[in-house]
Amino acid sequence: MSNHEQHETAHRPVQRKEMSRRQFLSYTLGGTTAFMMGGAVLPMVRFAVDPLLVKKEGGDFVKVVEESKITAEPQEFKFKIHQVDGWYESDPELVAWISKGEDNKIFALSPVCKHLGCTIFWNTKGHNEYDCPCHDARYSKDGKNLAVANSPLDEYEVEVKDGFVYLGPIVPNTRS
Amino acid sequence: MFKNVYNWIDERLDITPLWRDVADHEVPEHVNPAHHFSAFVYCFGGLTFFITVIQILSGMFLTMYYVPDIINAYASVDFLQHQVAFGQIVRGMHHFGASLVIVMMFLHTLRVFFTGSYKAPREMNWVVGMLIFFIMLGLGFTGYLLPWDNKAYYATKVGVEIAASVPYIGSYIADFLYGGDIVGAQTLTRFFAIHVFFLPGALIAMLAAHFLMIRRQGISGPL
Ligand code: HEM
Ligand code: FES
Repeated sequence: MSNHEQHETAHRPVQRKEMSRRQFLSYTLGGTTAFMMGGAVLPMVRFAVDPLLVKKEGGDFVKVVEESKITAEPQEFKFKIHQVDGWYESDPELVAWISKGEDNKIFALSPVCKHLGCTIFWNTKGHNEYDCPCHDARYSKDGKNLAVANSPLDEYEVEVKDGFVYLGPIVPNTRS
Repeated sequence: MFKNVYNWIDERLDITPLWRDVADHEVPEHVNPAHHFSAFVYCFGGLTFFITVIQILSGMFLTMYYVPDIINAYASVDFLQHQVAFGQIVRGMHHFGASLVIVMMFLHTLRVFFTGSYKAPREMNWVVGMLIFFIMLGLGFTGYLLPWDNKAYYATKVGVEIAASVPYIGSYIADFLYGGDIVGAQTLTRFFAIHVFFLPGALIAMLAAHFLMIRRQGISGPL
């Protein structure tokens, strides 16, 4: 039985499980090359995508106007925020359209058209709607998109404290 | 004189076969406008390349004066156009060339399409051509921000907002292009780097692939 087996294997070509010298060299060289390229490229990739990974700053609330000035009719108010843009700091002026809703709550809309980003105004065409001059988008008083744009106007977060309206970060519309 | 210099070098390095291999090839009758005038449509590829070379050269010279900084970019473009001798012309070459290169590329693509030159065995060259097309659009988009005027600012804002509407990854693309949350200092430096280093590098690699494949396969036959 065992003789027979030996006889069989003797006829088969030698099959070694080890890898060949050539294969070993190409694996080590390939691995080293990959490691070195990775070492060179990784820092650059991380460098390029850094803006994706930095934490967004939770914007501070800014005092804008006395609560008593807010009416049911939307009015335009300007206020300044502190902005850090890389190595530049500035205090750009922002615009909000603030009004009291049917629920008697004060809310503030961003004037940036949700179609392609032009600046909207209240009631320029006399329909008691927000109108965009660029491609005629229209929005209701609550910011609901009525034509052209496919989402409602963004809102500023609102805080009312000691008789003043404070505005914070821009958030998606909550009213429509 | 020139011949002596050439011979001296050629004796040592045998350079004649190098350029002969590039220069010696037949121009078949059906692509030669001297034979059939309508064959001028075969010139559009070469014209696209000619204008691309002008873009690269004029762009390199523009960077001698241009600075990609939100305070100074506009002033530097204003200066190079109005104070520097021939600035009007060099910026004009780059400005109008950017549109012309798209026109030429479009005409070249039409020629390839209507002569059926995209068919086997040239499918890969059509694909490379499409990559060149997108790289060109990228160069136009990133270059347009550089003068940092109102038109540049809003074109970029709208362009990035369109990119941001891509499902799922849109906001990441926008953050990557903005280099932050707004069109600002970091957007300008980013677009500058992409405009003058990354995309031209990719463009030159793709053009090399395009031309190598043409030399390998020859120009496509007559209709
Ligand atoms: C095929 C390639 C290219 C295209 C289609 C292109 C396109 C453009 C466009 C549309 C502008 C805005 C021009 C204006 O508003 O007047 C621009 C500006 C600029 N480009 Fe290019 N470009 C190309 C290659 C290059 C290269 C290779 C460089 C540099 C190495 C370069 C450097 C610049 C600079 C410095 C500006 C800002 C100056 C200015 O606005 O006039 N460009 N490019
Ligand atoms: S940007 Fe407002 S309608 Fe197009």
